Amino acid sequence: MTHTATHAGTLEQGDEGLRAVGDWTLPHHSRLRREVAKVRGTETLDLTPLGRLDTSGAVLLVELLGAQRVLRVGDWAPALPAEQQALLVAVADAMREPLDIAPPSVFPPLAALADLGQRVAGLGHQQFQLIGFIGVTLASLVSGLLRPRRWRITALVAQLQQSGLNAIPIVALLTFLVGAVVAFLGATVLRDFGATIYTVNLVAYSFLREFGVLLAAILLAGRTASAFTAQIGAMKANEELDAIRTLGLSPVELLVLPRVLAMMISLPILTLVGMLSGMLGGALVCSLALEIPLAQFLAILQRDIPLNHFLVGLAKAPLFAFLIAVIGCLEGFKAAGSAQSVGEHTTSSVVQSIFMVILLDALAALFFMEMGW
Amino acid sequence: MSGAGETVIEVRDLVNRFGSHCVHENLDLDIYRGEILGVVGGSGTGKSVLLRSIVGLKRPDAGSIRVLGEDLQRLPADERSRLERRFGVLFQRGALFTSLNLQENVALPLIEHSGLTRADAEHLARVKLALVGLPPQAARLTPDALSGGMVKRAALARALAMDPEVLFLDEPTAGLDPIGAGAFDRLLLTLRDALGLSVFLVTHDLDTLYSTCDRVAVLSDRRVLVAERLAVVEATDNEWIRDYFHGPRGRAASQAAQRKE
Repeated sequence: MTHTATHAGTLEQGDEGLRAVGDWTLPHHSRLRREVAKVRGTETLDLTPLGRLDTSGAVLLVELLGAQRVLRVGDWAPALPAEQQALLVAVADAMREPLDIAPPSVFPPLAALADLGQRVAGLGHQQFQLIGFIGVTLASLVSGLLRPRRWRITALVAQLQQSGLNAIPIVALLTFLVGAVVAFLGATVLRDFGATIYTVNLVAYSFLREFGVLLAAILLAGRTASAFTAQIGAMKANEELDAIRTLGLSPVELLVLPRVLAMMISLPILTLVGMLSGMLGGALVCSLALEIPLAQFLAILQRDIPLNHFLVGLAKAPLFAFLIAVIGCLEGFKAAGSAQSVGEHTTSSVVQSIFMVILLDALAALFFMEMGW
Repeated sequence: MSGAGETVIEVRDLVNRFGSHCVHENLDLDIYRGEILGVVGGSGTGKSVLLRSIVGLKRPDAGSIRVLGEDLQRLPADERSRLERRFGVLFQRGALFTSLNLQENVALPLIEHSGLTRADAEHLARVKLALVGLPPQAARLTPDALSGGMVKRAALARALAMDPEVLFLDEPTAGLDPIGAGAFDRLLLTLRDALGLSVFLVTHDLDTLYSTCDRVAVLSDRRVLVAERLAVVEATDNEWIRDYFHGPRGRAASQAAQRKE
């Protein structure tokens, strides 16, 4: 470059018109833009005192002079270095068309209304899709059951390990702690009535009927539904799902069934773990704080708690597991190819599956109570 | 162009290993200001690893790399960031931010590093997008709505956002149709001449090599076999180079380049 001025660029009013002085580069862009805005549309501009020039400076010069004039820069500023001329011509060429296309503007209340409508319609559509997906899953489950050659034992076992076995410690720990809390709560309330012994019944009832399965299901919804969504979403982004389809295979059979079955097997087991460890937590509190020894705790369990409470709790587990797995997989299929979308759908799958689990549990509690089970 | 001008990148005795697998061993390479250096080599010869080492994404196991006179790995974080603004990288698959639209993708470094207002930065971004040949409507699209060729162009616009001195391109024409690839080659030459860029171009595309590169570096046997003008490289006595440049594809590209001249 012939000009080696290193001072900040300015637009100066000289005797013979405007002069572009100094470096017209990115660090000076904001100030130069204001200067250019003041004199917008000039006929002549002296470029001889110009120092360094980059794209941002070239953009300003083109805005000042108009693309057509800058395209002929060789005619009116032949002294300008060849690279700067080339840069100006390239930028002017790019700016021949107007680039500022305003986004379509909408009356804000109308936009809010449209947004609300879209959300409601989306919610309805989501449930519709879920029902459809449950249908597809059940259909391919039934058709697969009849053909043992198409059972995917390896995938099933791998999923069992990930969603079942690996979840045992956290489920056990959490239910143990909640069991202890429930026992403390019971003790506090029941002490006033002199009925602390019923703490045993409280812990047993709550864990057998509700907390065992509910806590395990909520944990799996957070732990496994999100994993399913992220796995399948990432596979979709990488076109792996399309590859499965073009190989003549079914993504539902290959990806969804092993996951759904693994969840339906592992959640009842985890529920059992949750019940036992919750009651263990209760028993510990009873023996340490309430002077109910373990032997007495077990004796009361055996005498007072009928088996049907255990069965009521356990019966809900496969249903919850099915819903959690199906929601997790479906959200994965719905994810579009971007990181943002995978994140959104992972959130949605956890929220939906926890919501569904609690809603169904409430309905089931109502049902079982009316039936007197 | 500059011939033996100022060196912008200087790689000396570079060693890169992955476990026991040695990718580079005592590799030397220079890139001069204003030139387009094509880097070729068979699959797995470490072209992309070399690029990642130079831009500082992979710490070399031994050797020194000086970019614009500085060793990236030894700079404190703020100086390193300042140096990194002086080069632009186009990744093989574009690596556009999928949560932002194109003008936000290009405006991001401008807003973060130059302190421009969002409106100014996005205006500049739209010019850059037009500069790489994208239509004005594309500025508000998100990357997942683009074709492969548009992604490459948009990624180039982002690489050029800060008016870099050195541009690293990882297979920019891979996956483009011949017309799109030819347009990309011409665009690269125009921008090099206009912005005075030095370009490190990893490519498999023989047409790109013949139509744009000032020098070609051949990677083989864990080092740079030769880094010279294309005519010299072609004449080098090496089996891989013979197969590469004098195979049917190489001959076709060479003839096409001669016809153009």
